[in-house]
Amino acid sequence: MTDWPILSTVTFLPLLGAAFILLIRGDEAIIARNSRHVALWTTVITFGLSLLLIANFDTTTSDFQFEENAAWLPEFGIGYHLGVDGISIFFLLLTTLLVPICIISCWEAVKTRVREYMIAFLVLETLMIGVFSSLDLLMFYIFFEGQLIPMFLIIGIWGGARRVYSAYKFFLYTLVGSVLFLLAILFMYFQAGTTDIPALMNEVWAPAVQTWLWLALFASFAVKLPMWPFHTWLPDAHVEAPTAGSVILAGILLKMGGYGFLRFSLPMFPDASEFFMPFVFSLSVVAVIYTSLVALMQKDMKKLIAYSSVAHMGIVTIGLFTFNGQGIEGGIFQMLSHGVVSAALFLIVGVIYDRMHSREISDYGGLVHRMPVYAFVFMVIMLASIGLPATSGFVGEFLIFVGAFQVNTWVAMLGLTGVILGAAYMLWLYRRVIFGDLTKEKLKTITDLNMREIGFFAPLVILALFMGIYPKPFLDVLHVSVENLVQQTQAARVGGGEVVADLFPEAIAKALR
Amino acid sequence: MIEFTAPEYLSALPEIFLAAISLVLLMVGVFLGNRSTNMLTWLSVVAMGVAFIMVLAGSHDQSTTFFGMFVSDSFSIFMKCLVLIGAAVTLIMGMGFVKRENMNRFEFPVLILFATLGMLLMISANDLIALYVGLELQSLSLYIVAAFRRDSLRSSEAGLKYFVLGALSSGMLLYGSSMVYGFTGFTGFHEIASAIHNGGGNAHSTTTIGILIGLVFIVAALAFKVSAVPFHMWAPDVYEGAPTPVTAFFAAAPKVAAMALFLRVLLGPFHEMLAQWDQIIVFISIASMVLGAFAAIGQKNIKRLIAYSSIGHIGYAMVGLAAGTPEGIRGVLIYLAIYMVMSLGTFACILAMRRRGQMVEKIDDLAGLSKTNPAIALALAIFMFSMAGIPPLAGFFGKLYVFLAAIEEGMYALAIIGVLTSAVGAYYYIRIVKVMYFDKPVDSFDKPIGAELSTVLLGTGVITLFFFVYPTPVLEGAQAAAALFFP
Repeated sequence: MTDWPILSTVTFLPLLGAAFILLIRGDEAIIARNSRHVALWTTVITFGLSLLLIANFDTTTSDFQFEENAAWLPEFGIGYHLGVDGISIFFLLLTTLLVPICIISCWEAVKTRVREYMIAFLVLETLMIGVFSSLDLLMFYIFFEGQLIPMFLIIGIWGGARRVYSAYKFFLYTLVGSVLFLLAILFMYFQAGTTDIPALMNEVWAPAVQTWLWLALFASFAVKLPMWPFHTWLPDAHVEAPTAGSVILAGILLKMGGYGFLRFSLPMFPDASEFFMPFVFSLSVVAVIYTSLVALMQKDMKKLIAYSSVAHMGIVTIGLFTFNGQGIEGGIFQMLSHGVVSAALFLIVGVIYDRMHSREISDYGGLVHRMPVYAFVFMVIMLASIGLPATSGFVGEFLIFVGAFQVNTWVAMLGLTGVILGAAYMLWLYRRVIFGDLTKEKLKTITDLNMREIGFFAPLVILALFMGIYPKPFLDVLHVSVENLVQQTQAARVGGGEVVADLFPEAIAKALR
Repeated sequence: MIEFTAPEYLSALPEIFLAAISLVLLMVGVFLGNRSTNMLTWLSVVAMGVAFIMVLAGSHDQSTTFFGMFVSDSFSIFMKCLVLIGAAVTLIMGMGFVKRENMNRFEFPVLILFATLGMLLMISANDLIALYVGLELQSLSLYIVAAFRRDSLRSSEAGLKYFVLGALSSGMLLYGSSMVYGFTGFTGFHEIASAIHNGGGNAHSTTTIGILIGLVFIVAALAFKVSAVPFHMWAPDVYEGAPTPVTAFFAAAPKVAAMALFLRVLLGPFHEMLAQWDQIIVFISIASMVLGAFAAIGQKNIKRLIAYSSIGHIGYAMVGLAAGTPEGIRGVLIYLAIYMVMSLGTFACILAMRRRGQMVEKIDDLAGLSKTNPAIALALAIFMFSMAGIPPLAGFFGKLYVFLAAIEEGMYALAIIGVLTSAVGAYYYIRIVKVMYFDKPVDSFDKPIGAELSTVLLGTGVITLFFFVYPTPVLEGAQAAAALFFP
């Protein structure tokens, strides 16, 4: 057990599946059927293996576990270094859970180029797992950036009417953000002589350097997360992407921005983070309120959920930048919860889209009469999205605002307004789609969830409730690592935000604060 | 007794071999006529292969011969390997085209062989005169092959344009060389270097300024040869007009050779004037990156697009030269190697763009290629993403090493402009992917594309895709070659 490189296996197993699919021969129907099965089995086995990780996870230490080290570019001191801690392991599990669900969800919906579709998803899975398991900055970047290729193809080939525009926008937005991140990596490598993440965490950076590096990283993560005002690619990408693409996008890709803040910005550049805290808070508060209002007025269901994602991510960034245990743990928990909930929401839209081929809210109404099970699933998930107690959303938001109140009452208060608005748009959406009389002629024959759909909703619904009712197992794993992160943030401080503020002309520093 | 020792010609063995064999092949061609083209092509490829082995087997230590005019060292070995691979692969790729498109004349492989010989001499030049001779041997051969389809208006125009502008740049090179000779009194690189060293210190002395003016002319001429902005204007027209295998050759071998010359000249004799020429290189680099990124956006012809993209790529390679450190030069060499592979692969795809026997070269002709010819589409997509610099493809590593050098030297503005233009450039690269994957299919290209093209596509595709797995040989070669200039 100890010698077996389980993390590498989990990371690269999907790639093996993709290679296998490439080898399938036969006519189109056979290829499609076999591709689906191979993809499903590969991802299920990957998920099973990743459960071994959590089963053997030691919750008492904040060290990286299941570490693997190998030389890769020895001339440069850049290694192949994998490992997980309490923070990354859940993101990894979320990934391995959501991908098989995606594969099942598009079992019938994707009819063209099934082989390519499955390959794209498997490659994407490897890259996503790689992001969360790599402990080398350059490797992280390669995984992080490499996702652009499969995601670009998924949106562009299997997407909706304006798919080309959205695919471009997604690709170029993200690319511009991340090339600056690359320069930051090069600079850090040049300064520290290594790209090993644990080693870089022990490095202390001068305040001026911190500021620039922080900004370069921010450019990448703020686009990815996305934070207002860098979010405009997200609604487009979500609306046009196929259902499974939206699920991955909302469920995992967005979390990489938050993960990046946690892994790099906070522990490595604590002074700059502290200095930019008000700036991040402002953007987050604007995001929460503004995008909630925008969501309220959407006619397209996917767009509404996309904007709600931006709002939820705004709450997450408030949590992450509180610098205290509650806030950060809440932020992470909220990301996980949002991963489950938003994935489920997109699947919910996908279900009725598959049947009616419309995402307009006004095309629906009274679905509860024909689809009771669907209405139930939708209700649980909707309530989890609002953050009702006993659902996963509540725990995260509660912790975040506990953390935020300690730092800044205004931020917490304004952020909570967003939560109320969130309840408004979600409940309103639910009322318009599910309740009322079933008057529309077309909807009279709509069918309820079939077994396959119940199959992929079940784990998400159970998880959303379980995380809300009994969050302790999750928080236990998080706890030590977050404690360590907070300590690290304190230890690496040079002199807090004041030091950084001194670098700026007074007016700018004041404006930023 | 007069001691007579034969000069040590061994280090120039590959060149001597190629020179002899190309003359032999020329004779064979004259006697057998055009039906021997196929055989001559294969023989040329074999000759390049033998020369390749000779280059690799040769001593890695620095050795000069022909009275110091010819130098062989780790740098020349690295670059010669690239040039020989590029030339041989383009010859193989072009065979189908040559047969079909009325280019079936025995001179073609022989001219390519002569051009290759010229490039090898350029790379090993250790003297301004040797440099010029090598460069002209290469250029004269290239002028002819550019206009090789003499009944095609576009091909003749391309050849003529290339010739006129090329002659201009050769003139500038000669002028610059004569200035340098006039002010230092030497043509040998070592002697020039020591002359600059001895006269150095005083940046305003007449000698220094005279040498500097000569250097500017030389740099301009070399910039012309690598098609760097502002001496790039020939590239799009020549790339578009020349027969496609010739364009592929242009994009691969001469670019690498001219870049080698650039490095050899600037870092050899003029190394001490780094502070002066560095400004020029920074400007050329930025201008090339920006122009390459923006001018390619509106292009409809794929060869023209690749021409602009190659201008951009030279800009990125120059970033490493601008850094002027061993890391930077190593970056340039890695970049060139990777660029050559991607470029060969791209041209293999372009050569496969044939519909009902006719070559097509509009980007729109690629529409829906992923449905009609999935393998070519996949390969071209890999090359495009790689040229855009998306990890984990090879092109990313090329950019990584040059930008790393720029960051180390504190050239942040250059690096930031570089990465931003690469994001702009990504737009037109992914446009090709979009056309192939998102658009409705038009008619399929002719199948099969031929064993030579498939092999080249497979080879270059695999290298581009899996470069990250084992990059060590290229890295080490580049490292050794770059170290040479920094004793």
